[in-house]
Amino acid sequence: MTTFLGMPATAPRGVGNLRGEEPFPAAARKALGNEQLRRNLGHATATIRAKSGAVIAELPDWQELRSAGSALKADTMARLPELLLQLEENVTRAGGVVHWAADANEANRIVTELVRATGHDRVIKVKSMATQEIGLNEALEAAGIEAVETDLAELIVQLGHDRPSHILVPAIHRNRAEIREIFLREMPGVDPALTDEPAVLAAAARRYLRETFLRTRVAVSGANFAIAETGTLVVLESEGNGRMCLTLPETLITVMGVEKLVPTWRDLEVFLQLLPRASTGERMNPYTSMWTGVTPGDGPQSFHLVLLDNGRSAVLADEVGRQALHCIRCSACLNVCPVYERTGGHAYGSVYPGPIGAVLSPQLTGVEDNASLPYASSLCGACFDACPVKIDIPSILVHLRGEHVRARRRPTPESIAMAAAAYTMDHPRLFAAAQHAARLSRFAGRRLPRPFNGWTASRDLPPPPPETFRDWWAKR
Amino acid sequence: MRIALFVTCLADTMFPAAAKATVRLLERLGHEVVFPAGQTCCGQMHINTGYSRDALPLVRRHVRTFAPYDVVVAPSGSCVGSVRHQHAALARSAGDGGLAARAEEVAARTYELSELLVDVLGVTDVGAYYPHRVTYHPTCHSLRMLRVGDRPLRLLRGVRGLELVELPAAEQCCGFGGTFALKNADTSAAMLADKMRHVLDTGAEVCAAGDSSCLMHIGGGLSRLGAEVRTVHLAEILAATEEP
Repeated sequence: MTTFLGMPATAPRGVGNLRGEEPFPAAARKALGNEQLRRNLGHATATIRAKSGAVIAELPDWQELRSAGSALKADTMARLPELLLQLEENVTRAGGVVHWAADANEANRIVTELVRATGHDRVIKVKSMATQEIGLNEALEAAGIEAVETDLAELIVQLGHDRPSHILVPAIHRNRAEIREIFLREMPGVDPALTDEPAVLAAAARRYLRETFLRTRVAVSGANFAIAETGTLVVLESEGNGRMCLTLPETLITVMGVEKLVPTWRDLEVFLQLLPRASTGERMNPYTSMWTGVTPGDGPQSFHLVLLDNGRSAVLADEVGRQALHCIRCSACLNVCPVYERTGGHAYGSVYPGPIGAVLSPQLTGVEDNASLPYASSLCGACFDACPVKIDIPSILVHLRGEHVRARRRPTPESIAMAAAAYTMDHPRLFAAAQHAARLSRFAGRRLPRPFNGWTASRDLPPPPPETFRDWWAKR
Repeated sequence: MRIALFVTCLADTMFPAAAKATVRLLERLGHEVVFPAGQTCCGQMHINTGYSRDALPLVRRHVRTFAPYDVVVAPSGSCVGSVRHQHAALARSAGDGGLAARAEEVAARTYELSELLVDVLGVTDVGAYYPHRVTYHPTCHSLRMLRVGDRPLRLLRGVRGLELVELPAAEQCCGFGGTFALKNADTSAAMLADKMRHVLDTGAEVCAAGDSSCLMHIGGGLSRLGAEVRTVHLAEILAATEEP
């Protein structure tokens, strides 16, 4: 017997954080005008780039590791349904409960009901992209449940009523003076004599978080990896807050995108080398927590795993775009991207900013809902070189631009110009005539008319040459 | 050697000096240069902007035009990148396996100028003379699509009288990116501003590159600033000699 589950759907509208309020160029313009933001970003990305570059250079087999990571991910995607069922079986056998969520609404409903069933009205959270993607904090708040972020940067963003702007360093756009202001204004019980010394700020956060850890009975986490073979969940982190959330509470709820699987325990070895070096520039991340179901008398006694689709099946169905699901959320592509470095993450309008966000977000939502993102790149290729699992982001960007153009019903000035240019270029005589016309054009050597005036706003067109190359050649 | 020149639409129309210099240089080195009639554009602008359907006839034209030649050269890393990495893929996704196979053959025989000189013709000293202080911008597509590496720098180091100065953050994109500079003009301008600052910091008289498009962008910005630095294609430097 087979069950038809319907065509793969994209992430629903009106919930979660995958769609921006305005197109990229408009949002970017605001960020570009913020000098402080650009200094913070330039400094932070340059620092991470240098650190990561140095520890990657230590490994003689980095390229082989990248190839191994890429091959493992491709294999996982090819066998995803089978591996997910294996994961479910092993998590269940170990005493966990598996829930399947088709989209953000379903995932939020499942988690809310699970928290309600515990009788508690506060959860502590391990930093998780999946729960941000679905807007879980907002959903819990609407249900009267307080969600406290325990990752330091996430906490800064949450207390600042702000949005994260980087996958790994969500508060990358903030400097320490701004963080002091936020703590003074929003952190319960903070010392009013707080300075902006990093150690003092960290101590204030630690005091507040320790107390929260000790009096909260339910935790919500994401997962970096899930091992199908054993039913084991894995979280990598740097601060130890995750370890607290994963061990102290009575109930643990993990929300994980269906693509986070690795087939076997042994496969993890590759990713445990790739991720820290590519993301934080560390040889090994400080905390690697793994748990398999529940262990009587040790750690949470109730474990739930929510497997989230929210558009991923639709991405998997796209032969070119599916590589985006290989992403291990290291953010290396953000740190090397010249566009991200100047605009920051908010301009991308999604919890997934930078190059990977520019390919992942439009695929999860459908390209028409994020149509400006595939164009938010100069296709310089730095992201492809930096990606520890070799995702060919430039090719996916070009592919999605094609999808966007194909999906448009009516001709636009651009599509008419492109068709005319292609026709002209397919007819050499016409092309030569157009070259002469361009040379005689009243715009030559001056500012261009709309829609090209953006270019000549800050650049001069060179004066056209007296003759084209082909004219010169013909006279030789 | 008989070498077919793929001039590129931009060099043909706006920067013929780069293409003429390519011809002069190769002829000086004792080779025969031919200019296949019927060539226009590789279709990169269409492909990269999402108009792959419009690009297909241009790919077909390019492949037909250059199929008869054993060696093809273009003074552009970007256009060679398109020929090498996009043409066959585009043909295949359009369901034309025959075109894809022919495109691969043409791509395997198509070289960017510094690749042709160093790898095929085996020269790094082309006998050029250019008594100026020069900095080199490697351009993203030469660097990452073609992996030309230090070939252009080796060629420049072989030029008599030339003082090569290192460009800070050389591997960062100048912000051109074809229609990116139109669609995201503000971000592009911010990237350009940093590139120009680095160029000016070198104190060079000339900023060179292997792509006319990037040079048009950087040169357009420098001109607006009123800066003295000139932008010159690598081919023009390599073609220069003591005779005027």
